[in-house]
Amino acid sequence: MPTPPSASPEPLPDHRPEGGEQLPSRVWVLRGVRAAVSIPALILAAAFVGYAGLARESGFTLGETLAMVGFVWALPSVVVLTGAITAGMGLVPAAIAVALASVRLMPMTMALMPVLRVEGRTRRWQLLIASHFVAVTAWVWAMRYLEDHPREARLPFFLGFGASLTAFVFVMTGAAYVLVDDMPLLPSAALFMLTPVYFLCSLWGAARISADKAAMAIGLLLGPLFHLYLPGLDLLWTGLVGGTLAYVGTRIARRGLR
Amino acid sequence: MSAADAWWWPYVMIVVAGWLATDIWRWLGVFASGKLREDSEVMIFVRSIATALVAGVIAKLILFPAGALQSAPVALRIVAAACGFAAFFASRQKVVIGVAVGEVVLIGGWLLLDLG
Repeated sequence: MPTPPSASPEPLPDHRPEGGEQLPSRVWVLRGVRAAVSIPALILAAAFVGYAGLARESGFTLGETLAMVGFVWALPSVVVLTGAITAGMGLVPAAIAVALASVRLMPMTMALMPVLRVEGRTRRWQLLIASHFVAVTAWVWAMRYLEDHPREARLPFFLGFGASLTAFVFVMTGAAYVLVDDMPLLPSAALFMLTPVYFLCSLWGAARISADKAAMAIGLLLGPLFHLYLPGLDLLWTGLVGGTLAYVGTRIARRGLR
Repeated sequence: MSAADAWWWPYVMIVVAGWLATDIWRWLGVFASGKLREDSEVMIFVRSIATALVAGVIAKLILFPAGALQSAPVALRIVAAACGFAAFFASRQKVVIGVAVGEVVLIGGWLLLDLG
């Protein structure tokens, strides 16, 4: 690979570290809102525009479509839920299918919370609220940029970013549902292609150390493999097996067999 | 009229099978993160699991897609994603370039193959 691990792309102008220790939280919320005006927000909104077409074709009303976006928020999980309801699955099987497809949110949230938290100051309910915004786009952004900011700024910054990203995507999904009547096949397919390619690039961009990169490579291979041979529990196994292999392998490379 | 036909039934599905089934993981993540330090070995391990899971989701979205993307042959989807990722590297990790190239390859291939 041409890029050495340490060479991260230049930070966006909005993310410059500043001596913001004394700035009130609302300033950081507003900076989070401003940071959400971004290319990733446009890509995510476009992906949800594609999803609005799928939901409409599948017979969901506008209210149901928006409820799924607002309540679930993570796009791959939204798609699984849509498929489960369309297939006429019962409440419990549908909940199991969605839960299995959403396991990733737990380790993602676990990895993010220590970055957001100010020891002894941050309340747990504040983190529970912030956790709803955990989905690939906001997580990747947070893992990449939040550590450049003073600890007190991170939670309000993330809340401003997450809330405005969600609001923007919510409105765009609703607008697309109403305005786009019958989307032809090609644009619809192109919109569905946005999510995986965007996730692919941004996940690599958020990888800080070799364990992250190894985990990504192994996960890409194991995901389809387990999908074919262990359907249902495939993502769980991908995470546990792939994550363990990546961690143990790179740990041995780092420190030898200790 | 059974419950499954009522107007509110989809909303029950969305709240229980959608909201609870996803946010439960986020809440568990908050509780499990407890006193973890962001630079600890456990955190590296947790991040590896999270990253492998997201990578698994990505691979599934490309190989086993929902909706209109199914109409594109699997080879075209893989080539488009690979070209996008390669362009991302070639452009010194610009996500926009990667996404744009992936889309151009998909749309170009679609038109060449005349998939309609």
